[in-house]
Amino acid sequence: MAGSVLEIKNLHVSIEGNEILKGVDLTIKGGEFHAVMGPNGTGKSTLASAIMGHPKYEITEGSVHLDGEDVLEMEVDERARAGLFLGMQYPSEISGVTTSDFLRSAINARREEGDEISLMKFIKEMDEVLDYLEIDKNMAQRYLNEGFSGGEKKRNEILQLMLLKPEIAILDEIDSGLDIDALKVVSKGINKMRDDNFGCLIITHYQRLLNYITPDFVHVMMQGRVVKSGGPELAQRLEAEGYEWIKEELGIEDETVGQKA
Amino acid sequence: MTVDTKRLYDKTYVEQYSQDKQEPEWMTALRLRALEQADALELPKPDKTNITRWNFTQFKHTAEAKPEPITSLNDLPEALQDFIDQEDVTENLLIQRNQSVAYASISQELKDKGVIFTDIFTALRDHEELVKRYYMKDAVSIDEHRLTALHAALMNGGIFVYVPRNVQIETPLQTIFWQEDPEAALFNHVLVVADESSSLTYVENYVSNNDEQQTVANVVTEVIAQNNAKISFGAVDHFAAGTTTYMNRRGVAYRDATIDWALGQMNDGHTVFENVTHLVGDNSATHPKTVTVGSGNQVVNFTTKTVHSGLDTDAHILQHGVMKDKATSIFNAIGKIYNGASRSNAEQESRVLMLSEKARGDANPILLIDENDVTAGHAASVGRVDPMQLYYLMSRGVSKEEAESLIIFGFLAPVVNLLPIESVKKQLTQVIERKLS
Repeated sequence: MAGSVLEIKNLHVSIEGNEILKGVDLTIKGGEFHAVMGPNGTGKSTLASAIMGHPKYEITEGSVHLDGEDVLEMEVDERARAGLFLGMQYPSEISGVTTSDFLRSAINARREEGDEISLMKFIKEMDEVLDYLEIDKNMAQRYLNEGFSGGEKKRNEILQLMLLKPEIAILDEIDSGLDIDALKVVSKGINKMRDDNFGCLIITHYQRLLNYITPDFVHVMMQGRVVKSGGPELAQRLEAEGYEWIKEELGIEDETVGQKA
Repeated sequence: MTVDTKRLYDKTYVEQYSQDKQEPEWMTALRLRALEQADALELPKPDKTNITRWNFTQFKHTAEAKPEPITSLNDLPEALQDFIDQEDVTENLLIQRNQSVAYASISQELKDKGVIFTDIFTALRDHEELVKRYYMKDAVSIDEHRLTALHAALMNGGIFVYVPRNVQIETPLQTIFWQEDPEAALFNHVLVVADESSSLTYVENYVSNNDEQQTVANVVTEVIAQNNAKISFGAVDHFAAGTTTYMNRRGVAYRDATIDWALGQMNDGHTVFENVTHLVGDNSATHPKTVTVGSGNQVVNFTTKTVHSGLDTDAHILQHGVMKDKATSIFNAIGKIYNGASRSNAEQESRVLMLSEKARGDANPILLIDENDVTAGHAASVGRVDPMQLYYLMSRGVSKEEAESLIIFGFLAPVVNLLPIESVKKQLTQVIERKLS
């Protein structure tokens, strides 16, 4: 079997007692690019955070499995070592820890003791990716995300993605706050990952990212559920017509979470 | 056994001690005057920490045996070897074992340039006038409180560094103060003088192992930067839990002079730590940077203060502390600008990271400004490890323990990275790791 399989079934998630996700079903396989779209406030980012294990989100029902392993039973770091990656919308700033030192720790965390990546090999790989993403080499020696612009933070997330080489990546609004040049570079990085052994869930509010990354599947979220799925043509129709037609088709008045259908 | 300092270390004792050390008369007189003042003066009152019940009296003034000289650095215990860069042993190294010099080396080049790097007793004999000119005069006064007076009366170790005019020292001078005798007190006096337009880097380490036995460290450090001199001062203090420490590091910077401090305070016992820099000369500057890790039941009071009386003076205080177990710490950062010190700038930042529910930390930003034409700023925070930071790091696969350790070391990095000797930096990192484990 090529690649891993992430299986999300009937996922219900609450934050501080408010239910945000109300039964999400989604399966992502190696080699597939999925886009989850939808207006603001429909639960897209919650889905990403819940899969990774964000401490504020509580899973009340449903399951997430990676190659049959129960993801929800794992600690955050175990999920990462099992092959999951989340490119965050708001990456934390870590003072005093250089991007380069941290990346090496993270790469080694996925390797066996005694099989750590050599410094030379690491530097070579990192330099290649920095060049590919048109990132100033100095960034690797700067403290992780500290004082980075919005665009730099997003590029840094993709840098980490490319070096950590997860089986399944979730990219949460990786395009927000990017100008067109940065968007092209970030997309170039994500497309480079395309491989039978790599599956990706791209969460986006805007269709414009999908001009550069062609998804195999497109899902629309409203009211904490996936309400419509299709191929790339669905994204094109959304770009042309917006979300109103879906709401009409499904009889939804307010698409945000917390409203009854 | 409690030793009554007053009775044991009286006038006769002090007089005899001074004579045994072949001190000049003025020094004997200074000690005796200080001893009298010590009786009348009160203990210092560090802000928000009550030290009246701390042990300042139970100690032995002199070490049992005169220590053997260290002929080879390889004979040093491992704990001390870590301080020394084995691949690149500094030529300028002095090791004080208990209260006597056990190892001393200084490069021929520095000798030829007239640099003095020797223990305080030798300096009192061989460079009497220089020592007399600076000893407890411009930086620290004898009669500030009981501890400064006791220090002056009972001074039993220390060093003297003098860099003549226009001499630039490239390689650091390093001192290791090793209290091997677990009961012996250390009344250490460090006097560093950089004459006009000279520059030096000085790094010192304090080590003791008395986790059980009680004793006292009462250290006064005076750092004088004459016009246009530049001093970079680094330190790692690591007294064991049995030592109650009064650590006073004071600087005086004259015109166009700079004193930079990078201080790692890693004591395991109660500590009053004060680091004050007087910016006396116009256009003088200081950057005091301090890190500490508090552990066990230790109580620590930190005061970092910059005093601006010259024009155009500039200071930036940075203090970072990590508190675990039941450690309690008070961080006072004080910027004092006198009337007339126009265009001065006093900045300060104090950050405390708490690692346990029972640890306590308090950061007090204080600006005392009597002049209108100045700039000043302060930032202070007391907080815990940010769960979002942990989540972010863990989401890349590093364990919770490693993520925490990355965050803590990152928090301390601004000071650790500034220590001027690579081996001392590594040693500080090791001490931090040990205190955190």
